[in-house]
Amino acid sequence: MASLRQFKPEESWQAPEGEPIVRIENVTKRFGTFYAVDDISLQIHQGEFFSLLGASGCGKTTLLRMLAGFETPTSGRLFIDGQDVTDVPPYARPVNMMFQSYALFPHMNVADNIAFGLKQERMPKAERRERVAEMLSLVQIEALASRKPHQLSGGQRQRVALARALARHPKILLLDEPLGALDKKLREQTQFELVNIQERLGITFIVVTHDQEEAMTMSSRIALMHEGRIEQVDPPRRLYEFPSTRYAASFIGSVNLFDGYVLQQDDDQVLVQCDDAETRLLVRHSQPLVPGMAVTVALRPEKMRVLGQLDADTPNQLRGRIKEIAYLGDVSIYHVELPGGKRVQFTQSNVQALAEQPLTWDEEVVLGWSANSCGVLTE
Amino acid sequence: MKQRMPLLITILLLGYAFLYGPIISLIVYSFNESRLVTVWGGFSTKWYAELMQNSQLLGAAWLSVRVAALTATIAVVLGTLAALALVRFRRFRGRGSLEVMVTAPLVMPEVIIGLSLLLLFVAMETTIGWPAGRGMTTIVIAHTTFAMAYVTVVVQSRLAHMDMSLEEAALDLGARPLKVFFTITLPIIAPALVAGWLLAFTLSLDDLVVASFVSGPGATTLPMVVYSSIRLGVSPEINALATIIVAIVSVAVLITGLLLWRQEKRKTERLP
Amino acid sequence: MSLKSTLPTARHLIIAVPWFWLALFFLLPFLFVLKISLSEPVLAQPPYFDLIREIEDGFVTIVLNFSNYQLLLEDSLYFKALLGSLKIAGISTLCCLLIGYPMAYAIARSPAHWRLPLLMLIILPFWTSFLIRIYAWIGILKGNGLLNGVLLWLGIIDSPLEILHTPVAVYIGVVYNYLPFVVLPLYATLIRLDTTLLEAAADLGCRPWKQFMLITLPLSLPGVFAGAMLVFIPVMGEFVIPDLLGGPDTLMLGKLMWTEFFSNKDWPLASSLAALLLVALIVPFVLLRHFERRAEEAAT
Repeated sequence: MASLRQFKPEESWQAPEGEPIVRIENVTKRFGTFYAVDDISLQIHQGEFFSLLGASGCGKTTLLRMLAGFETPTSGRLFIDGQDVTDVPPYARPVNMMFQSYALFPHMNVADNIAFGLKQERMPKAERRERVAEMLSLVQIEALASRKPHQLSGGQRQRVALARALARHPKILLLDEPLGALDKKLREQTQFELVNIQERLGITFIVVTHDQEEAMTMSSRIALMHEGRIEQVDPPRRLYEFPSTRYAASFIGSVNLFDGYVLQQDDDQVLVQCDDAETRLLVRHSQPLVPGMAVTVALRPEKMRVLGQLDADTPNQLRGRIKEIAYLGDVSIYHVELPGGKRVQFTQSNVQALAEQPLTWDEEVVLGWSANSCGVLTE
Repeated sequence: MKQRMPLLITILLLGYAFLYGPIISLIVYSFNESRLVTVWGGFSTKWYAELMQNSQLLGAAWLSVRVAALTATIAVVLGTLAALALVRFRRFRGRGSLEVMVTAPLVMPEVIIGLSLLLLFVAMETTIGWPAGRGMTTIVIAHTTFAMAYVTVVVQSRLAHMDMSLEEAALDLGARPLKVFFTITLPIIAPALVAGWLLAFTLSLDDLVVASFVSGPGATTLPMVVYSSIRLGVSPEINALATIIVAIVSVAVLITGLLLWRQEKRKTERLP
Repeated sequence: MSLKSTLPTARHLIIAVPWFWLALFFLLPFLFVLKISLSEPVLAQPPYFDLIREIEDGFVTIVLNFSNYQLLLEDSLYFKALLGSLKIAGISTLCCLLIGYPMAYAIARSPAHWRLPLLMLIILPFWTSFLIRIYAWIGILKGNGLLNGVLLWLGIIDSPLEILHTPVAVYIGVVYNYLPFVVLPLYATLIRLDTTLLEAAADLGCRPWKQFMLITLPLSLPGVFAGAMLVFIPVMGEFVIPDLLGGPDTLMLGKLMWTEFFSNKDWPLASSLAALLLVALIVPFVLLRHFERRAEEAAT
């Protein structure tokens, strides 16, 4: 998955100095007996493109709506730019929201929609007109200023919604599934534009999405949510390469999981006995672990290489028989059955167009990978 | 599906013939020179002329129009509030009773509404001295009570279909709740308010039974005059009155229908 | 939600204003009906004795008079009127359904751009005066009226039919005036019906008639019952139609109540008749609410 942001491979996100622009402290939201958001604490910094990622019902939208002021936390506090906004009504918060349905006022034209928020803060007419023009050109819809929402296409409506939410120059822009209603092609193109606009304006974006690819491509950091709690908060690359829980590992991309227990640990390498793979796996892991502790080894399908034969230089090796092949164009996915019956998945790029299928059904293969290519999950 | 179309068309034609036959016969006979329904005495507009000279009927019509306009306006305000309460506030004390009280007048026989309100007005007059006597005020109150139920139903369905995030967006953009209501909610539900107003107006204009109970000596509404002249026998003036009402209603409906249709067409044209 | 959390006082006002209006002018009056039905008629203004009477030395006595209800039970006239109302409301509801269902079905199955005009044509007569629509039928049904004229001219009958001032005229009047009340809810349920259900049934070997009986009809039943109650309940208390189209032998509660009130000036008896009618309507009203809720649930 390609990130639109230019991070060096080893660079990971560092919290800047000073007060974060959003501070969420032990926030819980309960509907009856259902905990939509369960004791979440989180800090988001100025200029971030922060994503709340998760399956539907994980609480991400509720958290966003609490930031906007449409829901009040059952307990906990919310701070925006150092100010406690927990009990501040939505119309008095320095944040604006782009709604999933866009919520364009059907009885106003595009320019009036964009000017709506400016009128509320009693901006002088001349300045207002200037700001509206600026916004129209920012999202490149100058020609549509006098259209009514029902005369716009889906992509155009999305732009109006974005322009309207940005017009007041909010400290934070909240985006609820901003690309959810667009088709795939338009979505990819709009991802770039959103990132460009965010970098140009320097406004903090907080995006709710269920689409992992969207979160990966656009975000500086992602909070993966599950059942009202945060599973993991990390930049996209760390989240993918070093998931900290089984849920995080399997939610983003595909993963092979091997259950086992710790045999021994020296320096930053752990030896794990995996019974379902009938082998021992060497994994890089710097946190101290206790021998005998139950752990899971997570391995991405693309990290495995096909070895001609068993090879003493590769620490981790598995032998199995190919049972399924799925050709996806750019890559092929292979399902390999291990002697014990467990299946693992690996992918291979299809480098040459006319090459004969290098691997075929029922072929026996040896797969290998280094200790750096997999991780240990303790949860 | 195709082979059943002729049957369906026949059913519709028969149904509409049943609905419109009597109205057409009224219109035709309003231009009949003769007083007798079965005899065609030649084309004439003399019943319209007589209608225009019937000062009792015209006075009653004017009262009815004023009552209906006042009723419709109050009913729209009250009905909109009730609809807002029922759609926007999921749980509140008295929700169940409010639901029942706005549904019941839709089906409640008019004789019961009329009698019960009259008894209330009489009791109120003897205890608190208001309303002093019965007339236009009591008719408006009575009509508003059942008309607001219809307004509630109409506005309720419009509100229920309105995207809630529109109001949230306005709040988010800095508008206070009252402002949100007047700049966003009200314009969007405006068609329902207009429809509700017209419905309440028609219901009030049309009511004989409730008005007969709650009106006083000085206040005779149009339906009361029409009713007493029908009781006396067929009168071609009523035919002329009916034709005028049908003409006004058809023109109004035609215009709104055309507007709706054009709006619908514009919408579908622009959609991607 | 937005209004709720931010404007608590507005919230109370929005609920309280319509609630108190209806409580005062719709609910409270029923208590007066009950109260007056227990008092004695008198030739005065208002024409009844108050239940609560003050005796000279400051004692207050309440005099309850059950003779009105006793009369309702003893005089078979009132029981016959109740039966008459039930019969007329029942039969005309059935007729409305038999005519209204095919019409609603035909509209729902017509091409999309025809539906709105067709529906408006159903509602249009409703916007003209109720009294005048009944008056039109007097002209058609009376002895020397249009219908007899046409039938005589065609030679179908030799002497004029007696239709006006018979129960048949009442049925015609009710069906004519209440037809929109069944067509509209039926149309609303039929149009929401997922047509792929019918295709699935056809795919599984169902012929059109069976598709209708096994899929369409059962799924439209909430609409059928809601429409039926919308006709049945008000017709039970109908006054104008039996008064103008019915004969002296057309006994209905609403008409009887009108007579007791306006001709005999017996307010207490009229009130006890209203109470009787109200009690008779409780069950159909509860049914109506039930089926309306079910129709709503089916829609979501």
